[in-house]
Amino acid sequence: MKIEPDQLTAFEGTRPGAPGYRFPDADIPTGKASVPGTLRRKTPAALPELSEIETVRHFTNLSRRNFGVDLGFYPLGSCTMKYNPKLNEDTAALSGFSALHPLQSDEDSQGVLEMNGRLIEGLCEITGMAGGTLQPMAGAHGEFTGMKLFRAAFRARREEKRTRLLIPDSSHGTNPASAHLAGFDVVTIPSGADGMLDPSALDPYLDDTLAGIMLTNPSTLGLFETSIQEVADKIHGAGGLLYYDGANLNAVMGRTRPGDMGFDVVHINLHKTFSTPHGGGGPGAGPVLVKEDLLPFLPVPVMVRAGDGWKRDWDRPQSIGKVSGWYGNTAVLVRAFTYMLSMGGNGLKRASDLAVLNANYLLASLKDVYNAPYPGPCKHEFVLSAKKLKDTTGIAAMDIAKGLVENGIHPPTVYFPLIVHECMMIEPTETETKDSLDHFVDVMKELRELADTDPEALHQMPQSTVVRRVDEVRAARSPVLSHMMIGDRPD
Amino acid sequence: MNVPENLKYTESHEWIRVEGDVAVIGITDYAQDALGDIVYVEMPDADLAVTKGDEAVNIESVKVAEAVYAPVSGAVKDINDDLEETPELINKDAYGTFIYSIAMSDPSELDGYMDAAGYKAFLEAQE
Repeated sequence: MKIEPDQLTAFEGTRPGAPGYRFPDADIPTGKASVPGTLRRKTPAALPELSEIETVRHFTNLSRRNFGVDLGFYPLGSCTMKYNPKLNEDTAALSGFSALHPLQSDEDSQGVLEMNGRLIEGLCEITGMAGGTLQPMAGAHGEFTGMKLFRAAFRARREEKRTRLLIPDSSHGTNPASAHLAGFDVVTIPSGADGMLDPSALDPYLDDTLAGIMLTNPSTLGLFETSIQEVADKIHGAGGLLYYDGANLNAVMGRTRPGDMGFDVVHINLHKTFSTPHGGGGPGAGPVLVKEDLLPFLPVPVMVRAGDGWKRDWDRPQSIGKVSGWYGNTAVLVRAFTYMLSMGGNGLKRASDLAVLNANYLLASLKDVYNAPYPGPCKHEFVLSAKKLKDTTGIAAMDIAKGLVENGIHPPTVYFPLIVHECMMIEPTETETKDSLDHFVDVMKELRELADTDPEALHQMPQSTVVRRVDEVRAARSPVLSHMMIGDRPD
Repeated sequence: MNVPENLKYTESHEWIRVEGDVAVIGITDYAQDALGDIVYVEMPDADLAVTKGDEAVNIESVKVAEAVYAPVSGAVKDINDDLEETPELINKDAYGTFIYSIAMSDPSELDGYMDAAGYKAFLEAQE
C-alpha cells in the first residue's frame, strides 16, 4: 500500500518547533507553582506539532476521502441516511447545553431537564407509549435496555422461567445479539413465502417459557406486518411481551403507533428517524419507551415534572439501574428535539409519507430492471435481488454496489436481510428530490446494461476513487487495525 | 448444482456422510456459493456433547456469519484442522472438505434427511 503524504497521521507529520499558537504570559500561578510534583509529567506530552494551516489541511484532506449525505445520494437501506438540517447544529451548540456539567444541580439544569422531559413526552405521543429513558446511546443499546426491562418485569411477576424469545429470520442481527446478551434463549422464526411473519409459526412456543417477541415493523424487507394484531394477541395471551425495534419508525410516523399495535417496549433510533448525524459508529441515541406497567423498571434517573419545572427522580426501587454513565448523548438529543419541534406533528407525518412515496417510486422504476422478490407496494425501503443477474452474467450485488461508488452514489445495504439472495436493500428517504431519484434509476439501468456488455469493467470498479476495490477476504483474514501495522502486513 | 449421490442432506444445507456410527458433516456446494468467500470457521471442541439442532459451528464469509447445525445428537469426534488456516477449502471443494464429525448416540435421527434427488428437488423449489 502506497502512503501519500496526506495519509500520514498528525503524529507522523509532526515538525518539532512548529506550533500554531504562542500563548501570552499568564498572570496567574501556573505549572510548578500550582501542580504538586507527584502529579507533574517527567517528560512533555508527545503531541503532534503542526502549524494551524497544516492542521486544517490535514483534517480537510481526510474529510475529502469520506462520503456523506451532504455530498450525494446515500440510499443505505435500514440506516435512514436522511438529510440532517443544519438548524440542529445551532441548537446543539447553545452554551446552555454544550457548557453544562452533568453534576450540576437540578435547579441549575432546568433547560436541559425540560428538553429531556419534553423529548420523551413527544416520543411517547408519536409511539403511543407511557414513559421512557433517553440514556441508551445506540439502537442496539436500546434493545439491550429493553431486554433488561423484560427480565425485570418477569422477575417482578416471579416468572423467571420465561426465557424463550422469538425473533424472525428477517431481523436485524443486533436483535438476537441483544436478547442473548440479556440472558434470553433466542428462537428464530422463519418468514412466510411472502416475506411476512406467519402468526401460526408462533404457536409451538406459546407456553409459560415464552418471554416474548422482538419485531421490526415495517420489517427489514420494507413490508408492514399486517398480522401484527393477531401476533400481539397470541403473545400477550401466552403471558409474553412485545418489543418494537424502532429502526423503521420513520415509515409510519403519524399513521400508526407501535403502542396501538400492542408493543410493550419500543426503542427509537433518533439518529435515523429524527435526523441526527450518524455513520462511522455514532454518536447515536436509542431512547427506550414503555407502557404503563413497565414504568417502575426504567433506568434511573427518570425525568419528571416538579411544580413548574423538572427534576431527576432517583427514587425508583424497581429500576434496572443506569445504562449510561450520565444521561445519554445529550447533544444528539438536542438535535432530535429541534427536529421534532421544527417539523411539528403534520411535518413528521409528511416526512413518513414522502419516505414511503420515494421508495415506491424507485421500486416501480427498478423492479423490471432487477428482480424484486416482493413486488410491493413497500413502505420506506425495499429489496432487490441480483441472484438471476449473477447466475446469467456473473455480476453480483457487490459488483453493482461498486459500480454505484464509481458513479458517486453510496451503495444500498447489500447481502441483508439474509433471507434474500444477492440482496440490495434500498432506502431513498424523504429528503431526496425527484431529480436525484431519477439519476439513481438511470445509473442502476446503465450498470444493468454493463453487466451484459462489459462485465469485466464492472468487476474492476471503482476506478476513480482513492481506494479501489478492496480485497475483502484479505481484509477479513489479516486486518490492518492500525496505521502502524501497514508495513507488517503479510502477503 | 453439484449434488453427490452417496450423501444425506438437510434443509439447512449441510451434507452428512455416514461411516458406521459416525456422521461426517460439511456444507453443500449451494451453501458455499450462497455464503461467498469464507474467511473463518469457528469449530466446536472435541468431545463436546451436541443435541440435534444445536449451532455446532459458525462460518464467517465476507458477507455473513452463519451457523452450521448439528444434524444428529452425539459427541464431536474429529474436526478438520486444515480449516483454521485455509477456510477457503470449503469454497474450492465443498463435498471434499468435511468440517467435523459426530459419534452418533441415535443413528435413527438420520431418517428424516433427504437423499441427493430429494435435495435437488428442494433446491429447485427454493428458486
